[in-house]
Amino acid sequence: MQADIQELARELGLGLDILGCIQCGKCTGGCPISITTALNVRFLVYEALVDALPDLGEMEELWDCTCCFTCVERCPKDVRPAELIISLRSQLVESGKIPGTIGDALMSIFRQGNPLGFAREDRAAWAEGLGIKSARDGCEVLWFVGCVPSYDMRSQAVARAAAKVFQAAGVDFGILGTEETCCGNEVRRVGEMGLFEMLVEEGKPVLESVGVPTMITTSPHCFNTFKHEYGLEETEVLHYTQFLARLIQEGKLSFSGKVAKRVTYHDPCFLGKQNHIYDEPRSILQAIPGVEFVEMDRVRERSLCCEGGGGRMWFEGTNTEERLAFQRVHEAAETGAEILAVACPFCMSMLEDAVKVQGLEDRLKVMDILELVAEAL
Amino acid sequence: MGSRPRIGVYICHCGANIASTVDVEAVVEFAKTLPGVVVARHYTYMCSEPGQALIKEDGAKLSLDRVVVASCSPRMHEPTFRAASQEGGVNPYQFEMANIREQCSWVHHDPDEATAKAKILVAAAVAKAYRLEPLEDREVGVTPGAVVIGGGVAGMVAALDVADAGFPAYIVEKSDRLGGRVADLNRTFPDLEPVAEWLPGLVERIQSHPNITVFLNAQVAQVEGYVGNFEVTVVENGGGEEQGSKLQVGAIIVATGYKVFDPQRKPEFGYGVYPQVITTLEMERRLAEGDLSVNGKTPEHVVFIKCVGSRDKQLGNPYCSRVCCMISAKQAQLVRQALPDARVTVFYMDVRAFGKRGEEFYDEARRAGVRYRRGNVSEVYRRGDRVVVRVEDTFLQRTLEVEADLVVLAVGMEARDDADEVAALLKLPRSADGFFLEAHPKLRPVDTAMDGVFLAGCCQAPKDIPDTVAQARAAAASALIPLLRGTVPVISETAEVDPELCAGCGMCVEVCPFGAPALDPLWGVSRVNAVLCKGCGACAVTCPSKAIQVRHFRPDQILAQVDVLAG
Repeated sequence: MQADIQELARELGLGLDILGCIQCGKCTGGCPISITTALNVRFLVYEALVDALPDLGEMEELWDCTCCFTCVERCPKDVRPAELIISLRSQLVESGKIPGTIGDALMSIFRQGNPLGFAREDRAAWAEGLGIKSARDGCEVLWFVGCVPSYDMRSQAVARAAAKVFQAAGVDFGILGTEETCCGNEVRRVGEMGLFEMLVEEGKPVLESVGVPTMITTSPHCFNTFKHEYGLEETEVLHYTQFLARLIQEGKLSFSGKVAKRVTYHDPCFLGKQNHIYDEPRSILQAIPGVEFVEMDRVRERSLCCEGGGGRMWFEGTNTEERLAFQRVHEAAETGAEILAVACPFCMSMLEDAVKVQGLEDRLKVMDILELVAEAL
Repeated sequence: MGSRPRIGVYICHCGANIASTVDVEAVVEFAKTLPGVVVARHYTYMCSEPGQALIKEDGAKLSLDRVVVASCSPRMHEPTFRAASQEGGVNPYQFEMANIREQCSWVHHDPDEATAKAKILVAAAVAKAYRLEPLEDREVGVTPGAVVIGGGVAGMVAALDVADAGFPAYIVEKSDRLGGRVADLNRTFPDLEPVAEWLPGLVERIQSHPNITVFLNAQVAQVEGYVGNFEVTVVENGGGEEQGSKLQVGAIIVATGYKVFDPQRKPEFGYGVYPQVITTLEMERRLAEGDLSVNGKTPEHVVFIKCVGSRDKQLGNPYCSRVCCMISAKQAQLVRQALPDARVTVFYMDVRAFGKRGEEFYDEARRAGVRYRRGNVSEVYRRGDRVVVRVEDTFLQRTLEVEADLVVLAVGMEARDDADEVAALLKLPRSADGFFLEAHPKLRPVDTAMDGVFLAGCCQAPKDIPDTVAQARAAAASALIPLLRGTVPVISETAEVDPELCAGCGMCVEVCPFGAPALDPLWGVSRVNAVLCKGCGACAVTCPSKAIQVRHFRPDQILAQVDVLAG
């Protein structure tokens, strides 16, 4: 089993190194959900090492992992513990032992190119009347909108704000419209490697055929997989925060309005911990006139996961009582901030729900950085 | 005694350590009333530069001939104040210290009582200082050369440095060859370097060095003399004939090595019962010969058991042997190389991979596929033609019966059986674990309580080859200090015999731990070799006719103190 799972991880292109583990516990010690669920990644690595893995089909908590990669960031031996979970999930996917809601999302991606169950042909409906051109008509920058901003009502507002901002900055951009298909970042992380491969095989030529040097994404999740897992050698992949920070620095994006609010910022795991983009989002917020920027206690490398990644958008988790997002919105409220700024559609969804459930609606509003920028134009 | 003594008294505050409990000004006023005192002062820190300057300036200006400092224990600062006294023109042996910190302010809480006690301690010190006589610093010449006891890596390396510095070095080796335990090793951690690539060259350099003499099958039978001038009697057992040599040297380096732990003392492992159970040293030989088979079969599972004979209070070996973790990691890697299809498991309590490249080597072992499982193996027993290792995997919290074809016991190090004899010959103290005791664990790690006798290698404590070589070269460098200087300082507070009172009974000769007194065969009285004498006073208190006195601690000096204290 040890050799099998290690070999499987290698075949999947994962850097997992079970043999490197010294059982120090730094992974589980830092795992944001290890306090609230039964998942113990350190113990899983040991069980894999000594051929003692139990029946994984019984381990519902295996789906609790958000793939935030705090464990990967902190492991002193570069074991990449979360990738064991991805490998084990891939075995479960092979044998069909996956939670039903995840199965539904995967099926929707397979059929409609998005996990939300919407029709493929409605993907660009949000953009109607906004004067956004198709990338096929020629552009300098390809904007990959992403599934959630394309279909989810709350996130569509973010997409519209993005269009407004890009237009204000005079960016020559286009979108793929109905040609755009799920990037597969979460598909890979729930272990559906076959579907992910298919998405890359079909999606990569589409992206490349546009033939632009720069692609920007709304979501850090799309950004992560395009940057590291698609092999897009001719295209510079940027998260929109990098792109906006650059526009502001070059003087191409300026503000005539202001946002006179106290604002704090939540680092998305796929942007921060996994791609070390910490400064750009902050520089944008600090450039907005009127914004009083304040930090929460746990930020940057120590930022708390919102619990929305790694397939958790489609799986409630084994402990729905103590969501990390609940803690997070209280941390944000403690700073006295009126606005909790995010830069990820999943964070938006998780944190906005948490604000409602925790009764903080009259004190704290969750907004994407794009919306704040659009407001200050 | 000539003119009346002129004594300066200095009371130290030691910050708040003394001054918060003792009324230092009251002690100063009191000191001024004592016989012979011409000046008394107090200061925040007497050991500081300005504090010492008070002594120097007063000494010159007021023509002091005696100094008393009331401060801390003399252990740290007696040399400081003696030097300051000397710079002020006062003989450093006419200095006395009163300990009003450890013996007063730190242990008493009532300020009035503490101040009263401080006054008495100062008065006693002044009373003694009043009667102190001037003594001279002394030096003796050094016989060039060193004896190195033990011809392992430590002994060879130490001898080579002494010899390369231009002095004769004599290696006394008990066995019939040089190389010690290292000669039994195949490859060394952490670079898997074959011993054969460097050990024969080292031995060859020893054998061909013009300044080095090697005695094989030889032992040290007797050691006389003192630092700078030892006479070492070496007995060789060549071909059944005993042959003695007397070597004159200035220093001795002890590099006698260690004993490999005998795992039969841990019967639960079945060593000596099952052919499948071997030690790491036996494994070295098998790896060198390339034969890992057991009962004619290639092993499918090789298990290493760590800490055998170490970290075990029941055995009297509470210490870590420091090399077994790395030896196991090394051998386990080599087994993985030799038998790629075999499983290799290391059972451990902790993995101690310290030292340069230690942790990396441990990483390499795991990445080579060696499986580390936490648990201290409890027993080994037979199942068919295999053995079963019974152990709790403490991560899984599950008791396992692991079948194995070869079980390797990572045996630790112990003090040698002949450490008793060596300790007696050289009057070396030993630590509770049986190894020879260094003079100070941090600042004097190669020195011993015996001046001129130094330690190198595993006779002092278990250590690996790099640490052994480092210590051996440190011991050689320390031994070279007297050899290169040509003289050694000897203490001045030594015993002296009044031949008019001595009856020649020889009790002082019996009682002296350093061999300093000897009966003069012509006059029948005791004479003390002042170079050997450490001034301990054992002879003086033993002498039935009160013929022996120790300079600086004469009865009138001590009794004057006692009178004040008892007064």
